[in-house]
Amino acid sequence: MSERTKVDVTLAVNGRPYRVRVEPRRTLADTLRDDCGLTGTHLGCEHGVCGACTILADGQPVRACLMFAVQCEGMDLRTVEDLADGDRLHPIQQAFWDNHGLQCGFCTPGFLMLAAGYLEQNPDPDEDELRAVLSSNLCRCTGYQNILKSVRQAAEVMRA
Amino acid sequence: MIPWIGQPLPRFEDPPLLTGEGRFVADLTGDASFLRFVRSPVAHGRIVSIEAPEGITAFTAEDLREVRPIRPLLHRPDFRPIEQPVLASRKVRFVGEPVAVVVAGTPEEAEDAAEQVFVDIEPTDRVVSAPEAIRPGAPAVHDHLEDNVVVDARFETERVDEVFSAAAVVVDFDLRSRRQNALPLEARGSVAAYDPRSGRTTLTASVQSPHVVRTVLADLLGMPESDLRVVVPDVGGAFGQKFCLAPEDVVTAWVARRLRTTVSWVEDRRENLMSSFHSRDHHYRVRGAFDADARLLAVDADLLCNIGAYSCYPVTCGVEPLMALAEFPGPYDFRTYRVRSRGVTTNTCPMAPYRGVSRPVITLAMERLMDLAAVRFGIEPAEIRRRNLITEFPYASATGLVYDEGSYVESLDRAVDAIGLEDFRARQAAARSEGRYLGIGFSVFSERTGYGTSAFAARSMDVTPGYETVDLAMDPSGNVEARLGASPHGQGLETTLAQLIGDRLGVEPARVRIVHGDTDRTPYGWGTFASRSLVIAGGAARLASDRLRAKLAAIASAELEAAPEDIVIMAGRATVAGTDAGIEVAELARLAYHSSHRLAAGMDPGLTATATYDPAGTFSNACHVATVEVDPETGGVRVDRFVVVEDAGRLINPMIVDGQLHGGVTQGIAGALYEEILYDRDGNILTTSLMDFLPPTLAEVPTIEIHHLETISEATITGAKGLGEGGTIGAPAAVINAVADALRPLGVEIAEVPATPSRLRRLVSESERIPA
Ligand code: FES
Ligand code: FES
Repeated sequence: MSERTKVDVTLAVNGRPYRVRVEPRRTLADTLRDDCGLTGTHLGCEHGVCGACTILADGQPVRACLMFAVQCEGMDLRTVEDLADGDRLHPIQQAFWDNHGLQCGFCTPGFLMLAAGYLEQNPDPDEDELRAVLSSNLCRCTGYQNILKSVRQAAEVMRA
Repeated sequence: MIPWIGQPLPRFEDPPLLTGEGRFVADLTGDASFLRFVRSPVAHGRIVSIEAPEGITAFTAEDLREVRPIRPLLHRPDFRPIEQPVLASRKVRFVGEPVAVVVAGTPEEAEDAAEQVFVDIEPTDRVVSAPEAIRPGAPAVHDHLEDNVVVDARFETERVDEVFSAAAVVVDFDLRSRRQNALPLEARGSVAAYDPRSGRTTLTASVQSPHVVRTVLADLLGMPESDLRVVVPDVGGAFGQKFCLAPEDVVTAWVARRLRTTVSWVEDRRENLMSSFHSRDHHYRVRGAFDADARLLAVDADLLCNIGAYSCYPVTCGVEPLMALAEFPGPYDFRTYRVRSRGVTTNTCPMAPYRGVSRPVITLAMERLMDLAAVRFGIEPAEIRRRNLITEFPYASATGLVYDEGSYVESLDRAVDAIGLEDFRARQAAARSEGRYLGIGFSVFSERTGYGTSAFAARSMDVTPGYETVDLAMDPSGNVEARLGASPHGQGLETTLAQLIGDRLGVEPARVRIVHGDTDRTPYGWGTFASRSLVIAGGAARLASDRLRAKLAAIASAELEAAPEDIVIMAGRATVAGTDAGIEVAELARLAYHSSHRLAAGMDPGLTATATYDPAGTFSNACHVATVEVDPETGGVRVDRFVVVEDAGRLINPMIVDGQLHGGVTQGIAGALYEEILYDRDGNILTTSLMDFLPPTLAEVPTIEIHHLETISEATITGAKGLGEGGTIGAPAAVINAVADALRPLGVEIAEVPATPSRLRRLVSESERIPA
């Protein structure tokens, strides 16, 4: 595809503007990773099933591999790189650390963003709902046991 | 928190992975050009021509003439070698086989370019399943192997037929385990960088065994091994799929050298499902002979393993059939055994060991045998196991394997208690009267771990893995660095080894840095696979620590004027036992480097030690129990409870241990109920997305309850046994036995896994006893 067909897009990611020039077919995930240099957003399938690419768009967890960068102008985008406050881990990150909520860590950014987006809107989820929400993403290592435990702990800490 | 061993220490690995600072291969492509492989759309055929339009940089087997084919070897008369060219030459043998590679500036351009390469293949007859492949007249996948049999191993004790004809009960059944994909969430990939200044090439790759990759690359590319460096960054799971050599990695390194530049290959999920390695796909025919007391006397088994189109390097496609042959008896005491175990080549994606290798299927077979026999004898599944489990150690099996001490019966008894067997039977009976189908399934098994050189040598492997070496150094500030050839990727080995080393050297684990995954910085080793790293690299770390500790004690004894055996090293200090006299370990370290004139005569300055460990191996054991509810209308299975009683010897970090079990059990449940790679009759793969191949989500996974027994192993220097695969080995049998138990009133038996809803629905509708 030639240079002509690229378009200029300004994305607001983690509170910073990123001016990028991308083909209209370029996904948000590829744009974040390759054009913005934010490689914390991972790609496990590129077809919307695994959730490794989950980020927050206007506070909602979305699959960045299913969106095009050109769709996202004007949205408030947040990725895993923005979760910690300097050296202070976000309660969700801390809970994953405390509870062994990750092994290889490849699915982790997606789960963290899914949980962050969800808990911000639903600070006191019941168990069934939490299970249903966390079943949006795939993890191949943990059997989900400690992910569930981590998110439960994070919910408690965030409520307190 | 001394000792550190036994503490659930949070992992040192985690902070970067939590903050988006993890660095996986796809994050490291930098300025690299991108490769895209052109793959065969045909299962079996002759390559007529490959044409790339003007302006596209493409390479084919013709260009890679000098690259040697991959030729994995076993030195046994019952093994016949097959070769794999890194790009198909003359012939293609499975859908997805790489036939050409293109190079472009971006991944998108590379994909576009690959689509323009025209490959003309004249299809020939193909063969997809193992039973078909051994039929006379079946198409030969490799011309020199008319019967498609690559390994044909047999073992037979005396009097097999005699024991069977005298038996009170003979149980016989067929079992088929379908094909899976290990499915690491990060697919494979590598970046190869040629450095014109030094002439060296660095391959940064998502692999489990960096040194082995370096050696084989040097062999295949015909270059000095010292001109290669293999670096393993963060790896997003592997489970065996990244242990065997990816032909694509060889091509990537070749292109970088050819173009004198940096190139990268990042596999997408479709490629991963189609043409990385697959696993399992076994067909078994099993007979068991029992005496009147339900004691197992003999087993007779015919095992057929579909190995796909090629053999995997370094372990070869013999790994599945040979492991199945040797380890089939599992934890049961019987002396009469006959087995034939074959590896058969077909026009499908090659197989490589996946977590558990053949053991999930052989365990399923033995545990089905126990349950089917229990039904014939009218006794509880737990009872028949109790009568047949091994109880005396060391135990030598019919095939000559020696089991170190375990807790087979104890694990079963604990599991029976934990699940509440009697209550469950009462609930099950009540539910049946309401037309609901509950079931319970047990699985008792041994997990052979920490295979050392002698264990692998028994398979006559040309490349015989086994030992691990650890280079240990304490620097002048008292911090420790351990360099290893093991290559962990999610197992938490950095943390567990730091605990182990910390205890020996009296330093906090946070001051122990573990270096791995870089052939320039680590001693030669075999990587991380086969539940070996804690046992073997851990054993080497322990030995090296002991040496360093002895030197610290010797220096302290001179400084404190006490006998070396009276020196206690703990919590950062060396003290004289029973006194207040002491010195900081960090001070001893400084002295060893900066005041070496004060060291005893003949003592070298500095604090370094190297040790290699190579045990024979050790057997972990466990009992899994699942309870399920099956809906005979839909064929849906819900796993209600899952209990694990695990004995992996000494636990170094129990939190990490439980994590391994959680993940393992989940993959086992996946194999029992969900995951299945499908081919059509023409060898087209039908499951190339995660909408067709179905790994479980949290919605499918129950709470996994874990209980530990700790039989301290004398077979290993740390007392620890491996456990990375046990979850996956035991869970399928527990789940399938539970499903069979649930559906027994309907006259249904399960001979094929995964037990998907459609398969169960079909079994129920075909059975004579249609549910009311
Ligand atoms: S990469 Fe986006 S859902 Fe898998
Ligand atoms: S931690 Fe490896 S995929 Fe989740």
